[in-house]
Amino acid sequence: MSHADLLDPAPVFQLKGSMLAITVLELAHNDLARLDHQLSEKVAQAPNFFQNTPLVLALDKLQPGAQRLDLHALLAVCRSHGLRTLAIRANLAEHIAAAQALDLPVLPPSSARERPIGPGATAAPVPAKKPEKPAEPLVRPTRVVTTPVRGGQQIYAPGGDLLVLAPVSAGAELLADGNIHVYAPMRGRALAGIKGNGQARIFCRVLAAELLSIAGRYKVAEDLRRDPNWGEAVHIHLAGDVLNITRL
Amino acid sequence: MAKILVITSGKGGVGKTTTSAAIGTGLALRGHKTVVVDFDVGLRNLDLIMGCERRVVYDFVNVIQGDASLSQALIKDKRLENLYVLAASQTRDKDALSTEGVGRVMDELRESFEYIICDSPAGIEKGAHLAMYFADEAIVVTNPEVSSVRDSDRMLGLLASKSRRSENGEEPIKEHLLLTRYSPDRVTKGEMLGVEDVEEILAIRLLGVIPESQSVLKASNQGIPVILDEQSDAGQAYSDAVERLLGKETPHRFLDVQKKGFLQRLFGGRE
Repeated sequence: MSHADLLDPAPVFQLKGSMLAITVLELAHNDLARLDHQLSEKVAQAPNFFQNTPLVLALDKLQPGAQRLDLHALLAVCRSHGLRTLAIRANLAEHIAAAQALDLPVLPPSSARERPIGPGATAAPVPAKKPEKPAEPLVRPTRVVTTPVRGGQQIYAPGGDLLVLAPVSAGAELLADGNIHVYAPMRGRALAGIKGNGQARIFCRVLAAELLSIAGRYKVAEDLRRDPNWGEAVHIHLAGDVLNITRL
Repeated sequence: MAKILVITSGKGGVGKTTTSAAIGTGLALRGHKTVVVDFDVGLRNLDLIMGCERRVVYDFVNVIQGDASLSQALIKDKRLENLYVLAASQTRDKDALSTEGVGRVMDELRESFEYIICDSPAGIEKGAHLAMYFADEAIVVTNPEVSSVRDSDRMLGLLASKSRRSENGEEPIKEHLLLTRYSPDRVTKGEMLGVEDVEEILAIRLLGVIPESQSVLKASNQGIPVILDEQSDAGQAYSDAVERLLGKETPHRFLDVQKKGFLQRLFGGRE
């Protein structure tokens, strides 16, 4: 290979991130004889599982005060049952040192979700993690109401706007995460942006409401009546902490 | 095809029983076989207003519970051959009614009657709910007064959402507004809500306006439905309302202040 070839910029390799589901063997007791025996039992139950299965050996769950672990022997026991150790998971210095001596990578104790694999597992573990489901759409289409909203009725438009094209009687309640539009006499209560959306607005063709609220800031009829726009077509929005009523 | 009509209001004391008696009688007068059913269990009044309180043997609850047959419980009106009354129990209360029981009685009544008038009790609880549950049409009786209008509004919401028709997705109950105890004098003075005000708030078709009248009290005490008092304004207004119910367009009377003549003012005293 000439010097010129070494300078060839075409990439020889690529580094990629990957998600792998892998079996973890959590060692509870430093008892290799019993491990050997119990692994034999497991192999008898699910022989296909133990065919050169990649393994992470977790030593961080070992009972404290155990005698010195013979990592080499432990690896041999696993290998004899078809379990090939890729790395160990450890937090004790001596375990880490032992792993490094054997040229085994050390993984930190992780909080990754781990499923205990039952005796019925015959197939290899799930090869790849399923991609995350796309998040639920947060915005829903506008809810449109065309019949009069009578006293005692409550209409809630989650995740969107509410549009009412008929009169809203006193004692009726309109709620929305978004805006509320009432293109008819509005004599009831309207609560917009109830999940805290201070940008929500309320529109009325005739302002005669009992209560108007945007993201929790409200005004009752007593205050609203004093507004010169009472009975007119208005648009209400929140400016800072105050409800502003503007003529449409 | 039998029609079930509920006379309801929400508010108490607005004139439901008076209206049930008047409209039931009006329909029977025009040749339709009608039964008026009292749903106010425990506080029955319909039998008093219809003048048959002395002939009640079995009642609605008896029929539901199978103690008596429907034909044993139905009371035939003395004045009209097409008119029958099913009284409510006086000793029980609304818990004695059940949806299945009421449904069975309604089905049985539908077999032989053209109109079934359900006189609802006041309120929005079980009695009122069962009275309107099976209805095809509703007459919402309202006084031109704020609390009555608000309660009627609530009742309209319930008619649209808690009836059998709404639960089964059928055509909604046809709603009519009947304004009772209307006094044009007081409306002109600004003391009372006018017809337009009530129509605007409730937004349903106006069936009729019954003026405040002394003849109503007289009629109750005598046990003669006020519609049979053809001289009285209330009786005539109910007659018009029945015509409109049957589809005939009739102009509304008794909406304006009656101008009193000289002699009337001299000798007539208070209207």
